[in-house]
Order: sequence, then structure tokens, then C-alpha cells
Amino acid sequence: MSDTTTGPVLAADGRPLKASLNRALRRQKLRAMMLIAPLLIFILVSFVMPIADMLFRSVENQIVSDTLPRTTALLPDWDGEGAPDDMIYEALARDLAVAVEAKAHTRLGSRLNYERTGISSLLRKTGRGVDEIGETPQDVLEGVNDIWKDRDAFGRLIGTSEWVDAINAWDGEDSSTRIAPEFNANSSFAEQFPGTTSLYASYVLQSVSEEDNPLGEKPWPILFHVLAQELPSATPPSDVPEELALALREAATALDGVVLDDPRAVFLDIDDDWGDQGVWTTIQTYGPAYTNGYFLNSIDMQKGLDGPEWRPENEQIYIVLFIRTMIMSLTIMGMCVLLGYPIAWLLANLPDRKANMLMILVLLPFWTSLLVRTSAWKVLLQQQGVINDVLVWIGIVADDGRLQLINNQTGTIIAMTHILLPFMILPLYSVMKTIPPSYLRAAKSLGATNWTAFWRVYFPQSVPGIGAGCILVFILSIGYYITPELVGGTKGVFISNRIAYHISSSLNWGLAAALGTILLAVVMLLYWMYDKIVGIDNVKLGG
Amino acid sequence: MTDTQSAFVAFERVQKSYDGEVLVVKDLNLSMPKGEFLTMLGPSGSGKTTCLMMLAGFETATHGDILLDGVSINNIPPHKRGIGMVFQNYALFPHMSVAENLSFPLEVRKIGKSEREEKVMRALGRVQMQDFAGRRPAQLSGGQQQRIALARALVFEPELVLMDEPLGALDKQLRETLQFEITNLAHELGITTVYVTHDQTEALTMSDRVAVFDDGRIQQLAPPDQLYEQPENSFVAQFIGENNTLEGVVQEIQGNTCIVKLDSGDIIDAVPVNVSTVGERTRVSIRPERVEFNRERLHADAHTLKAEVLEFIYMGDIFRTRLRVAGTDEFVIKTRNAPDQKRLKPGEMIEIGWLAEDCRALDA
Ligand SMILES: Nc1ncnc2c1ncn2[C@@H]1O[C@H](COP(=O)(O)OP(=O)(O)OP(=O)(O)O)[C@@H](O)[C@H]1O
Ligand SMILES: [Mg+2]
Repeated sequence: MSDTTTGPVLAADGRPLKASLNRALRRQKLRAMMLIAPLLIFILVSFVMPIADMLFRSVENQIVSDTLPRTTALLPDWDGEGAPDDMIYEALARDLAVAVEAKAHTRLGSRLNYERTGISSLLRKTGRGVDEIGETPQDVLEGVNDIWKDRDAFGRLIGTSEWVDAINAWDGEDSSTRIAPEFNANSSFAEQFPGTTSLYASYVLQSVSEEDNPLGEKPWPILFHVLAQELPSATPPSDVPEELALALREAATALDGVVLDDPRAVFLDIDDDWGDQGVWTTIQTYGPAYTNGYFLNSIDMQKGLDGPEWRPENEQIYIVLFIRTMIMSLTIMGMCVLLGYPIAWLLANLPDRKANMLMILVLLPFWTSLLVRTSAWKVLLQQQGVINDVLVWIGIVADDGRLQLINNQTGTIIAMTHILLPFMILPLYSVMKTIPPSYLRAAKSLGATNWTAFWRVYFPQSVPGIGAGCILVFILSIGYYITPELVGGTKGVFISNRIAYHISSSLNWGLAAALGTILLAVVMLLYWMYDKIVGIDNVKLGG
Repeated sequence: MTDTQSAFVAFERVQKSYDGEVLVVKDLNLSMPKGEFLTMLGPSGSGKTTCLMMLAGFETATHGDILLDGVSINNIPPHKRGIGMVFQNYALFPHMSVAENLSFPLEVRKIGKSEREEKVMRALGRVQMQDFAGRRPAQLSGGQQQRIALARALVFEPELVLMDEPLGALDKQLRETLQFEITNLAHELGITTVYVTHDQTEALTMSDRVAVFDDGRIQQLAPPDQLYEQPENSFVAQFIGENNTLEGVVQEIQGNTCIVKLDSGDIIDAVPVNVSTVGERTRVSIRPERVEFNRERLHADAHTLKAEVLEFIYMGDIFRTRLRVAGTDEFVIKTRNAPDQKRLKPGEMIEIGWLAEDCRALDA
């Protein structure tokens, strides 16, 4: 027997066997793919994408740089000492003017308020006063030449004539179909007046987003302010309409000697806080589009002047909460194993009819609403509740020493163990069902006592069920929040309750996402450790 | 036969009911001497496993005594009985290697490590499986698993070993090899064995004695040859080997022979086994290979029957011929394939007869 063919094995038609096999399997694979496609799409849409979104939200921070583009562009250069210089106040004035029109400053306020309380009201207050800036030069110019009273003066001055025609035509179109023409600035003007041009572009965007013709709206006073600032150092361009070029030249002389509004003074006048270094540090720190601030926050840290630092002792809550969540979930898991194992054993070994009865009892909790069950625990566990009454009646506890069983960790553990018990019993049962009774008999016939037979022969074979049940219960409990919310009081709540709070009450989704991401990472880490220690192929949900 | 006193294993008037309504084992009396290989044979549901489980201690007898070495073991828990057991599905512990499986009974007996290892290797040697000590049961073939199960049941040197259809899941050839190995081992080690099987060939080839079970009772307890040649009732005759049955009424009894008038009117000779009075209905049983159609080989005064050949089947070593006799189409005769043996043709009319002692008149 020395049939030593070295090349690839060939099929009957002379092709390599591997290729033939692949071809034969391709149709099967395609069919399999089509069968799982609906589920795959569903999982992608309802599971993978939300998780990806959550991961993204936990670092995303574009709202600051979107709302205050000019300020955040300048702030990195600020040395962080005292209040920033006038240029930054100037930039902030322009940004806020745009933001106030778009009502974006309140959203920015809530965002920054997570990092420094008070910023929200500061921004709202400032939003009401900031539109005064520019009224001085506006009055001067409107007095010199009536053309500045025309609503389209700035448009015709800054935009190209093509854009002016296009935007007017757009205004006449049916509102449902029109798409606004893109703003086009006169390049020689833009060169001389970059600030005015950029602000006017923002003005155009805002008007268009409100479906209004920018040429038909009153220009913002701050446009005059910026124009007046840039006028002295600029050479008026020649290719603007004749009357406007003239008006510009007149304006330059008219404004000579006029004292313009000082944004720093305006801001400080509105609120002293604008002189506070802390406010500016916050804006500087959270200026970049991506931030690790939410994550630092999630582990009780914050951004300090020199890198991350611990929060003050009395503001630290999350690490304690994470640890408490872990320990309580592990406790609940342990309780479920202790209580569930004997029941699963009974279920697997009783005659079918009795086992079915028992199974119904095990599944009963699934058939009643979670809220009802949890409320029932409230009735049972409270200090004037059934359990305390019975204990007092038996005489185990004194009437004035009634046990505190609810609104603390005990309450959460009792109620959660009850709720999650089926998730332990079912995998255990399905694994035990597959262990033939003959193993125990064999062990006993070989001389093992009941206990040895159980411990050496039965138990090791039920470990995969314990593993599956533990993973299920632990992961479910780590993310549970209704029950801890209802029976946990303040001491018995989980990290998920904070997440829920940030999602629905404080609306700090970024922090919620960061907390959720950490939770996910912790679970995956534990899963990995379980795989290393026990082996994930050692988990069975049945058969 | 052994009496109960000197017997190694004894069932005394044992009854068993699982549900309090039906007696699964009705009245079991059985005694085995030391070293005997006894097989329990019977149709499904006849109570064989139940008997074995009572002996092993996993079921309690509802009534009666089970004695081991003269001592009642009714109240001794299974793990103290010291009885080796081989299960039909092997029941090798899947999470332990072969060696661990074998050392388990030694560990629970607190035997030292070196002695344990030596015994395990010796036991594996007995079943030629030394090379597989490190494997898991799932990595063994059915026959190998069976060998390990056997080795495990023997490793702690029990005096009594119970086997419940240990070869049921194996193919014919492997079964035959293992049958041989099991009987050899049992005799070599002087072990008393109770063996349960469905397979009558297995029962006949392996056992010192066979207990035929039906309906919760032992129908006959006898060595294989006696069982086959001298069945005591029609159930045993039917159950063991191939058998021709004819029904009729006893016409005359003369000491060791009797004359039976069949329902078809024909007269035949038979040995009265379960009949005692003239006029009683009976079922007579004749083994196919004891039927003779060569007139010269029969007694001159023997009764004969007319038969029509319906079918001739060539089976290699034997010929199997189906005949129509005395109103039944299912009468079969078997003849050896010898050079001078006549091959009957369908449609042929012949005359058949037999020695009176080969034809047994049993209960109706
Ligand atoms: N645990 C039990 N509970 C109730 N009835 C049982 C139980 N075990 C067996 N029986 C009944 O007892 C009768 C005898 O069963 P047993 O298992 O002894 O038969 P067996 O001869 O071993 O059959 P087989 O050859 O099919 O294994 C059967 O009718 C069976 O239904
Ligand atoms: Mg059986």
C-alpha cells in the first residue's frame, strides 16, 4: 500500500475535489444566508446600530464646536490664566448672536451645565442681552445713508449678483419644492471683510432654515458691529454696486471716532461670571468635537488643569455604584443557584405529571406583570408588612425591632432573586434532563454513597447548566432597573438606575452612554474571564 | 439444583409492584450457586430489569426476601452491597477519563493510589484496553465503551456482577466476540453473574442456566440444552428457537407417550408433559429439525401426516421447507445440506413423522 499521490485530490470530473465541494456547497450556503437574512437585518437595526450609536455618543461632543465655532477656534490658544482677551469675547459675541437666533444657546447651556452648574442660566441670560451689540454703529450708518435701512443692503454688498438673483427667484418658488441656492460671497469683499462675510453667511443659513428670504429680513445689529470693526483697515472693493461702494466710503468717514460696543464690557455687564476663569476653562475643555469627559465623569473623575483628576469626595458616586451593582448581581446569582438547583433537580427527576405542575409554578412569575410582582414584594416586605408581622407574631423579632427588608439592598436582592430564578432553573433543568439516572445508579453500584455519587458524578455534569444560568442571571441583573427602582430605596439601586435617570430626567445622554459602555465592557471582561476559567463551550442550555 | 440455604443469591417469594395495582414480578423464587452464569431471558416488559434492580438495591421488593450469601439484603443500600453492574447504555461517566472511571470505585473504597493504579491497569488488561486509559468515553467506539464498562464493574472484585442487556446496542459480530469474552472472564474470575438479555442465542450460548421470564414469573429455569429440547410449557417452546405447534385433544396416555387427535382429525404421537387426563386440550410442539420425511428412518408403527410442500428456501447450511400440514400453512422443517439430502419442490406431496419423544404435548 504505497498510494502516495502528492497533488490535490481530484473529483471524478478531474477538477480538484475541494473546488467541486465548494461549488456543491455554495447553493446551500446561499440558501442558509437567505434564511437568516431577516434576523440578521433585524439584529443589525435593533441591536448593533443602537450599540454603535451608544459607543459613539459616549465620546461625541460636537455641540460646543458647532454652536461656538469662532470661539472654540480661538480658545485653544488661551493660556487659561484669568479671563481671556478681547478677541475671544468678540468671537463669542458673534457666535452667540447666531446661536440665539437659532435658539441653540439653550441646548449648549444644558450640555455645558453637566460640567459646570450655572452655565445654563448664564447662557440663557446672556442670550437675552447680547443683541444690543451693534446698535451704536447701526444708528450712525442709518443716519448717514438711508441705504443702510434697506433690508437687502448687506446681501447686495456681500453676495455675488448671481446669488442675489438666485435667492430672489428661490423666494418666488413653491415652498414645498424649492432648494435654497448656496450662498456665494463676492470674493474681493470677502478678502477685505472676512468677519463680516462669515457672519453674514451664518445669517443667510439661519434665514433660509426659517424659509425666509435673507434679503427680505432685517439684518442683525451685530453685522453693523463687525462691519464697523473691519472698515477702518480695509480698502473698499471696487466691484460692488455703485451706490453701496459709495455708502461704504461714507461710512468709513462717519464711523471715524465713534466708540464701538465692547463685547467684554457687554458680557460682564450682563453677568460677572463671564469674567470667571472657570467658565472659560469649561468651554475650553469641552471645545473639541470628541471628549473623554463623559468617561472621566463615569468613573468619578473630571478634567482638571493638568489632566484628569478625582472629583471631590462628596461628588463621587459612580464607582461605588458600579461595585455595588457587581456585588449585588453576584449575590443574586449565588442565591439563584442555591435556590434553583434543588428545584431544577426535582423538575428533572419527578414523574412527568408532577414535573409539569412544578414547571407551571416555576413559570408562573413570567405570566404576571413585573410591576405587580414587585409591588407584591413591597406589601410583603415593608415594616408593617406580612413577613414582619409573622416574625413579630412568632416572637423572633420585637415589635419595635421590625426588620428593614425593603428600600435597601436586602429588598433588591430578595425581589430580584425571585424575578430571575426562572432564568437559572430553566437552563439547569434542561441540562439535568439530559443526564440519565443510570449515572447515579452506576456510581452507587460502584460503591459511592449518595453524596459522593451526587458530588463526583452528577454535579460535574450539571456544571454547564449552572454556567449558562449564572451568565443569564448575572447579565440580566446587572442591567435591571425597574425592581431596584421600586424596592431598592437609595441604598439598593443599581448603575442602571443612574443610566435611566440620565436618559430620561437629566437628559445627559453622553454620560448615560459612557456608563452603559463601561457596563458593557465590564460584562464582556467577565465573560472573557469566565471563558478562560470555565470555558464557554462548557455552557449548555439543553441537550 | 441448589437449595436456598447454600445458595449464593436467592430470591424467596419476591413480589414487586410499582403502582400498587399491577404486580410486575409475581412470585419469584430463584437460587444461584456461587460462580454460576445465569441469564434472564424474556419478552419486553416481563420484569427482568426490575428483578435486577431489586438485586442491585435500586428498587425495593414489595414482598419477599432477597438473600446474598445467606443474608437478607432488603435493607442494605446499593452502595454497600458490593455488586458490580454493567448497564445497557454503559453509564460511563463522561467527564472522567477511562482510567478515572475505573479508579472511581477504588477511590470511594479508600484504596491507596499505587494499588489503585495497579488494579486499574490490570482490569484494563483483562479487556485489552490498556492503551485507552487516557481517553474520554466519548472518544471510544461502542464496543470499546462496553469493554470499559465491564472492566469498571469488575475492577473492585465483586463476587456478583449484574449485566442488563450489555450488548444490546452492538452489531452482531462484535456481540459474538464480546459474549465470548464476558463468559471467559466470568469463569476465569469465578464471578457469579446475572445476565439479562432479549436475545435467545446469547442466552443459550453464554449461560450455565437460563431463566425464561414471562408475565412476572419464571416460566422455566434450566440449562440451555434442556430448555431447548425439553420446554416445559408452550410459552417456552414458542419463545426459544423455532417451533411448530399443532393443536388437538389427548386421546390416550400410555406412560411416557400419548396419542393426540389433532383438530384436523389426524393422529400423532407425543410425550405428555403438561397433560394428565384424556380429553384434555393440548398444544404439541415439534422442533423443525426433528421432523422426518424419509419413511425409512421412522418407526414402523409411527403415526405419519400428509403434507404438501409450499415453499423451499435454500439457506446455505440448511434447507428450510414450509409445508401445509393438518390445516396449518406455517409448518416448517429444516434439513441439513448434505450431499444426499433431497431438495423438495413446491407442490410435492410427502409424508412426515417424528420420534414420539421429540414431540411434546404441552398446555393448551
Ligand atoms: N419505574 C417504574 N415505574 C412504573 N412501572 C415500571 C417502572 N419500571 C418498569 N415498570 C413496568 O414494569 C414492567 C417490567 O419492566 P422491566 O423494565 O422490568 O421489563 P424488562 O423485562 O426489563 O423489559 P425490557 O426487556 O424491555 O427491558 C413493565 O411493564 C414496565 O412498564
Ligand atoms: Mg429491561
